Amino acid sequence: MSLNQMTAHELHELMMKKEVSAEEITKAVYDRIDKVEDKVKSYITLTREQALETARKVDEKIAAGDKVPPLAGIPIAIKDNICTSGVKTTCASKILYNFVPPYNATVMEKLNSQQAVMVGKTNMDEFAMGSSTENSGFHVTRNPWDTERVPGGSSGGSAAAVAADECIAALGSDTGGSIRQPAALCGVVGMKPTYGAVSRYGLVAFASSLDQIGPFTKDVTDCALVLNAICGHDPMDSTSVKYSVPDYTQYLQNDVRGLKIGVPKEFMAEGLNPEVRKVVEEAIATLSNLGAVVEETSLPHTEYALPVYYIIAPAEASSNLARYDGVRYGYRSVEADDVVEMFMRSRSEGFGEEVKRRIMLGTYALSAGYYDAYYNKALKVRTLIKQDFDKAFEKYDLLLSPTAPGPAFKIGENIDDPVQMYLQDIFTLSVNLAGIPGISIPCGFVNGLPVGLQFMAKPFGEGTLLRAAYTFEQNTEFNRQRPAL
Amino acid sequence: MAQWEAVIGLEVHVELKTNTKIFCNSSTEFGADPNTHVCPVCMGLPGVLPVLNKKVLEYAVKAGLALNCKIAPYSKFDRKNYYYPDLPKNYQISQYDLPIAEHGYLDIELDGKTKRIGITRLHMEEDAGKLVHQGNIMTTPYSLVDYNRTGVPLIEIVSEPDMRSPEEAKAYLEKLKAIIQYTGVSDCKMQEGSLRCDANISVRLVGSAEFGTKTEIKNMNSFKALQKALEYEMQRQIEVLESGGRIVQETRTWDEAKGITVSMRSKEEAHDYRYFPDPDLVPIVIDPQWVKEIEESLPELPDARKKRYIEEYGLPEYDAAVLTMSKEMSDYFEEVLDEYPHPKTVSNWMMGDFSRILNANQVEIQDCKVAPSQLAELLKLIDKGTISGKIAKTVLEEMVETGSDPGKIVEEKGLVQISDEGELSRIIDEVIAGNPKSVEDYRNGKKKAMGFLVGQTMKATKGKANPALVNKLLAEKLQQ
Repeated sequence: MSLNQMTAHELHELMMKKEVSAEEITKAVYDRIDKVEDKVKSYITLTREQALETARKVDEKIAAGDKVPPLAGIPIAIKDNICTSGVKTTCASKILYNFVPPYNATVMEKLNSQQAVMVGKTNMDEFAMGSSTENSGFHVTRNPWDTERVPGGSSGGSAAAVAADECIAALGSDTGGSIRQPAALCGVVGMKPTYGAVSRYGLVAFASSLDQIGPFTKDVTDCALVLNAICGHDPMDSTSVKYSVPDYTQYLQNDVRGLKIGVPKEFMAEGLNPEVRKVVEEAIATLSNLGAVVEETSLPHTEYALPVYYIIAPAEASSNLARYDGVRYGYRSVEADDVVEMFMRSRSEGFGEEVKRRIMLGTYALSAGYYDAYYNKALKVRTLIKQDFDKAFEKYDLLLSPTAPGPAFKIGENIDDPVQMYLQDIFTLSVNLAGIPGISIPCGFVNGLPVGLQFMAKPFGEGTLLRAAYTFEQNTEFNRQRPAL
Repeated sequence: MAQWEAVIGLEVHVELKTNTKIFCNSSTEFGADPNTHVCPVCMGLPGVLPVLNKKVLEYAVKAGLALNCKIAPYSKFDRKNYYYPDLPKNYQISQYDLPIAEHGYLDIELDGKTKRIGITRLHMEEDAGKLVHQGNIMTTPYSLVDYNRTGVPLIEIVSEPDMRSPEEAKAYLEKLKAIIQYTGVSDCKMQEGSLRCDANISVRLVGSAEFGTKTEIKNMNSFKALQKALEYEMQRQIEVLESGGRIVQETRTWDEAKGITVSMRSKEEAHDYRYFPDPDLVPIVIDPQWVKEIEESLPELPDARKKRYIEEYGLPEYDAAVLTMSKEMSDYFEEVLDEYPHPKTVSNWMMGDFSRILNANQVEIQDCKVAPSQLAELLKLIDKGTISGKIAKTVLEEMVETGSDPGKIVEEKGLVQISDEGELSRIIDEVIAGNPKSVEDYRNGKKKAMGFLVGQTMKATKGKANPALVNKLLAEKLQQ
């Protein structure tokens, strides 16, 4: 096994035993990138020099006999909507093609304080709007398991980079499934933490009330380590919650005996690929055999989640994306004669089709005379969806579902059918609306393509997610399979 | 002739005097070099988030309480969406349907009558930046943007349409300014833009219960401009209606140079601001105990102070009103009183010569070089007979210019009053000798000649002669 294929906790151990250096690990990652990046195209920007420099500093510390944090010297890829001081942050949009933030996102400050190594900035659907990474303003990222297929999205670059061993772990963002769905399609672990658990400061906003940063990793243990690094209250984010962050590795217990798991019937219904259903049913059987109590349950307002999401998220986006006007940074059309024309042309030329579609949807939903019928109604139904979950968690420790309705689809297959594309998130977006945590882990394969299993927990129930995910992982082999690139 | 009346409501923006901006740590200092008081947050860079400055909330609550408002136990921020280059996010964080304070009032006085003007609401919001055009906005080849003001905290205070004349509107704005200044939450400087006012105005026949169609007037940069603009607009609307026309609901701008209001945009062109709750900020839940603490920390407000001046100091209502209209003036007055406890005398000087001299020098009382103790000292010199009241005015002028002590000025310039009978007697003898005609006139019964002779004596002493003594000695000598 080469270094770039290993997990963070394995590599940390090797570094502490001085069997490998951080520099060797980083070099192994870039060697892999040099070999496969043409086929996968996970990255928008690579930060090789900076990465090697950080790695060498970690090596100096280890050489001096210092104990280093768990993520020190670990090559991590960052989704390109997380602000990195001095490194281009484009959101995969032409409108931010040249934007270099003068500040770091809080998660970057936290990773830097651990001396994690940033490999580069990963590709995504423009402004995180999409489920295939085909909406990138720059290029399409391919699924390492089948390069004719999409890696999912919007954090497709981060998922593909982890799956292709072009990094050890990655950060993504999840607004309606943008971590969990690509994690499922690429066969890696991906978690969306509780809303407010991780600071959003420096995450370029898509839908502020839904966005959350989270990790992609090769196993559940690494997921706990990244959570340890990035979680916590941030005074720079009013929506971040004041809570004492536990050491998440304490939940890595190979034991689900007595754990009560509900399977919402609405998540196993129409639209679900029958082979994916079979794989998920096998996973349920595995969990039952391990002592979990798995039952069917119901989240009755599930059918409204998609329409509610596609009102709230575009409404917030229409306002969040208003600042890209060519005045202060980013793309400015040179054609304009006056300021209004400059706004209009810069935005028309700078944004892609899907982004424009959602800005229009959101603008419409907030317009005078429609606000109550759409936005206000959506907020009310969102509360009902939340209450469904509250009720379910009175009875169950966890809920379980497939992460996505099918395995990775072909590039171009859904590109002209927005609704079909939106349905990719049908099992994930309720979690964002409810503000609860969700994790996707590999649970099998359909025609050689990975399938993801989603666990959902009540707010700040990340520990329970990790426990179930860790137990499943310890008793199966799915996360150890590698794509043949 | 039909009798028309105006129906006026005002929307007033007040900049709060916090050290840092409403949602970030950038400085609010006025007059810095362009774009030096900015940070990623107030520049609205991708990824940034607002965090409410607690001082802003405290000041808004304080202003709300001073304006007799109810403080909302639950309030929130909303986004007001519109595109403008001075607005970095292209939305303004404001408060829409749940403002921090509502249902207040203030009392104005005109022609000795008190009238209560309702305050609909008071809410918090962020200020926008400033565009710098090259000449005229219509012809400028390019414009520069200064974001220093972006994110400076504002409160917007919306009145009920309770004012019936431009004079009432002006009185309301003056009173509002006084109250806010007293609370210390703002400087309320119209010329620096820390107090800005828009007006809604319609006209109707006196006795009519319904409102006419209103227009909104912007760009009034002084109290005088407010009154003039509303007088003009009222007349314009009356003329339109009397000639059988209809008022168009629109926004108009006051052209100070031409003295007219000009149409800016019609109702149809009005923005749809698409307000919605700002998901980046959490709702504000107010602790009633905290509100109580703020209420207890409120200083004495203009109405209470005015009442005290009348009751305790025995000042006429007019004096009390003028002195308390400005906190600076009123505070100064009380400091003078601390050392010279004669309210009416101090009031006369402050409202009279002192104000005149300050105006002539274009100095605000709070920036003036004369300390209250120095003014008290001057008044004491008059009482002691060291200088005359007339000389005191000259001394005060010198004090405003240099800030020197009155005693020092009097000494250096040799302005001490001549009260020495022997010396004055000699001078008067010379005056009598030099003006035989006037002396004869006086003795022939032309009593007016006495005044001339007093004047001549004052002239000969360069105004330093003790006037009472001069009168006494002259009368004695002329009797002889």
